[in-house]
Amino acid sequence: MKLLVAVKRVVDYNVKVRVKSDKTGVETAGVKQSMNPFDEIAVEEAIRLKEKGIATEIVAVSVGVTQAQETIRTALAMGADRGILVETDVAVEPLAVAKLLKAIAEKEGAELIILGKQAIDDDFNATGQALAALLGWPQGTFASKVEIADGKATVTREVDGGLETVELKLPAVITADLRLNEPRYASLPNIMKARKKQIDIVKPADLGVDVTPRLTIVSVAEPPGRKAGIKVPDVATLVDKLRNEAKVI
Amino acid sequence: MTSLVVLDFDATGIKQPARSAIAAAAKLGEVHVLIAGNAVGDAPAAAAKIAGVSKVLVADDASLTHELAETTAALLVSLAPAYSHILQAATAAGKNTIPRAAALLDVQVISDISDVIDADTFVRPIYAGNALATVKSSDSKKLITVRASSFDPAAAEGGSAAIETVAVPAAGTSSKYLSSELSKSERPELTAAKIIVSGGRGMQNGENFTKLIDPIADKLGAAVGASRAAVDAGYVPNDYQVGQTGKIVAPQLYIAIGISGAIQHLAGMKDSKVIVAINKDEDAPIFQVADYGLVADLFTALPELEKAL
Ligand SMILES: Cc1cc2nc3c(=O)[nH]c(=O)nc-3n(C[C@H](O)[C@H](O)[C@H](O)COP(=O)(O)OP(=O)(O)OC[C@H]3O[C@@H](n4cnc5c(N)ncnc54)[C@H](O)[C@@H]3O)c2cc1C
Repeated sequence: MKLLVAVKRVVDYNVKVRVKSDKTGVETAGVKQSMNPFDEIAVEEAIRLKEKGIATEIVAVSVGVTQAQETIRTALAMGADRGILVETDVAVEPLAVAKLLKAIAEKEGAELIILGKQAIDDDFNATGQALAALLGWPQGTFASKVEIADGKATVTREVDGGLETVELKLPAVITADLRLNEPRYASLPNIMKARKKQIDIVKPADLGVDVTPRLTIVSVAEPPGRKAGIKVPDVATLVDKLRNEAKVI
Repeated sequence: MTSLVVLDFDATGIKQPARSAIAAAAKLGEVHVLIAGNAVGDAPAAAAKIAGVSKVLVADDASLTHELAETTAALLVSLAPAYSHILQAATAAGKNTIPRAAALLDVQVISDISDVIDADTFVRPIYAGNALATVKSSDSKKLITVRASSFDPAAAEGGSAAIETVAVPAAGTSSKYLSSELSKSERPELTAAKIIVSGGRGMQNGENFTKLIDPIADKLGAAVGASRAAVDAGYVPNDYQVGQTGKIVAPQLYIAIGISGAIQHLAGMKDSKVIVAINKDEDAPIFQVADYGLVADLFTALPELEKAL
């Protein structure tokens, strides 16, 4: 079974982002970029399925600028077999990413696609659902456990009240939540090996997809700041303040 | 211009986040709501009473039993022609269904909006809430999930909407519900609670949540939340998680205990009215957003707090 994983290059999760002074976006120049943490979990899950003999080949796909090849390399160093970069300078929205992934999935004959549940930059939480819709496949979103057997995926999902388990007939789309697994670090020999793995580069037009954004950014602003308040010396003062000053208890 | 709001409900009634989604839709014009499920009981009648709702659509069918995204999205596509906007609170169900329905309609979903500017323009937090993007959609129809904590819920009483049954399209689906493991609690739900008491890695284990946090929550009538670290370590179930990738909350009072204040945690609670932090590290970042900070060992502070309440 051929498996596709989608990986996005984003501002590293440790970076405290700053809004640009012209309000067009956030400052990304000179800022550390890494693989979206949820996508690392998706890659890890794919590799585990290969180690179990369920997946035969893992193709890591990224949509983005030339440097997104580094993100694909990270996936290859973790254990993916080859990569495809859909190269574009446009900030591609989830719907268009889903269209690109659909085209690749059909070309490759993929039977399972694993993505992170959300990208930590735009926080859309939408690409996997859109991809499943366009392919007409079932979806197992926010997965914290995945088992594949007999042409079916049993997916445990993190939902508001706890956990829910669904059964999806393959082919299917799965999106990874935080507790699905703990991604491995790539070892030095595997990083070396990954350098020789193949990355194909295509353009959105090669896949027949129009990536023109549907949403225009009118402005990006700093959220209203929150000032640090006071330190209270003891529990009694705290309770007094909550009762008589803030009046919240 | 009429909006359709998909309501989250269960046997206990219409969920508060659903009423916040109605409040967001009310800023756009007329509001219809959808109750989709199997044997929906009193939900349509409850929905009809919500202030600002002019019509309740009821889709009652066995295929809608467990709000699978595949069947609900197909239903939304069949209802879409009559509506300019389709919204749902950014609950687990909303986040699962709305983006799927949007793609079927060739629409780019607008996720997790925190404000409505006009019919095409919305504000949504990005980068874990460290920036607010104002976006204008060129799609002819808008599909939206709503950050419930940013909109005061529409009143549960005061309306008298018409109730209408709608046809459910036969959607063959290759997805099947198997089971759920839902946390049982007598306490208010995190997304509706006025007070939340949250514990982090500093709690050290699940027993300490039960022994030290639960009694305080009980005295305050509060919900109990947690950081990701506390959930990952197995102290409490996953549905307790507050943050960028957990629940987004904005109660009157949020008490963070043994939580350092990582940006991903702050993303879920920094819009709370009053924030209290109890942490033994005086440099913990949580103090930068706390109205009242107590530098103390939680193992001495919590029993004292329980007594003082
Ligand atoms: C993609 C991604 C998504 C994430 N999403 C979320 C999310 O949704 N929600 C979330 O919470 N996190 C999230 N995180 C994790 C986040 O980055 C932090 O790791 C996490 O919030 C830390 O939890 P914590 O504050 O409980 O633990 P720590 O950072 O370890 O802090 C523990 C605190 O307890 C204090 N403490 C210890 N013992 C005591 C004591 N006896 N008395 C008083 N204080 C004590 C310490 O001083 C410390 O400040 C995410 C991370 C990533 C990468």
